[in-house]
Amino acid sequence: MNTADQYLKAIYLAQRIEDGPASTGTLADLLEVSPASVNEMIGKLEDRGLVDHEKYKGASLTDEGLGRAHDALQTYCIIERFLANVLEVEEYQDEARALESVIDDTVAERLDTIIDRPGECPDCFDPERDACERLEVGDGCAD
Amino acid sequence: MSLGQRVSSDHQLARLLQIGVVLEEVVESRAAHHLDSLPPEERAAIDEEVRELLEEAADESADHRERLEALIDDLEADTVAYEEINALVDAQYGPPEDTDGVLYDQLANEETAYKFYDDLINAIEASDSEFAIERERLLETLYEIREEEKDGVEEVTEIMEHRA
Repeated sequence: MNTADQYLKAIYLAQRIEDGPASTGTLADLLEVSPASVNEMIGKLEDRGLVDHEKYKGASLTDEGLGRAHDALQTYCIIERFLANVLEVEEYQDEARALESVIDDTVAERLDTIIDRPGECPDCFDPERDACERLEVGDGCAD
Repeated sequence: MSLGQRVSSDHQLARLLQIGVVLEEVVESRAAHHLDSLPPEERAAIDEEVRELLEEAADESADHRERLEALIDDLEADTVAYEEINALVDAQYGPPEDTDGVLYDQLANEETAYKFYDDLINAIEASDSEFAIERERLLETLYEIREEEKDGVEEVTEIMEHRA
C-alpha cells in the first residue's frame, strides 16, 4: 500500500469518526505526521481527483477516492486479522501499520483465504478502536 | 499509523519472512490437496503433465519454506508453530471444480508469491537498516526464490496455453 493509499484510508476513517469532512488535525493525529505534511498531501490527492477539500471544513473522498480507500482498509483489515488470529501477534495494530506499506492487495487476498474475511468488511472496522469489530482479541487472540 | 515505512528492524523483517512462509504453506498445501480432493475418475483423468507440475510445486514450496525459516532462525525472532498454520490452511481449503480450476489456483498462488517477494526485495533495498543477517545473503536468497516463482508462473501459463 503506497503513501497515497494510506492517506485515503485515514481520510475514510476520519470521516467516519467526525461524521463529516476529515479535519487536518485528525488526519495528522491518525497518521502521526505534521499538519503541514497533511495539507501538502491533500493538495496532491485533490489534483488527482481523489479528494475534495474545502477550507476550514476539511477533506472528503470523491467516489474514486472512496473506492481506493475501501480497498486499502480491507487490505489493512486482513493484515490485522491475519496477525492477530493466525500468527497470534499481541501488538497486531502496531505491526499491521508497519507492514501495510509492504503488503499489497494481491498478497492480502491470498492471506484472506486463511482468515475468511466477513462480507461486511471494511464496514465492520471500528475507527475509534482502530480494529475490525469482528476481531476478538483476548488471551491469545481468538477469532 | 506511520507512513512510508520500509523494512526497518529485525523484528519486522522476521515477520515479513514469516508471511512468506505462510504463502509457501498455502502453495504447498493446496498443490498437495488438489489431487486428493478430486473424485477418483477425475483424478485419473489429470494427465501426467499437471500431476508433475503439482508435485514439483509442492516440493519447491517446501524448499522455499525451509530457506525462509533458516533466515528467520538467524534473526532469532519468535515464530508460530507451523503445524497450526497448516491446520488453518487445510481448514479453509475449497477444492477447485476441475483441472482448469486446479491450474488457475496454482497460477494465482505462484503469482502472489512472486509479487510478495518482489515487494519485499524492493522494501529491503529501499531501507538502510542493518539486520542481524547479512544483507547480501538475505537478498540473494530472496532473488533466487523470486526467480523460481517467476519460472513457476511461466510453467503454469505454458501448460494452460497449450491445453486451450
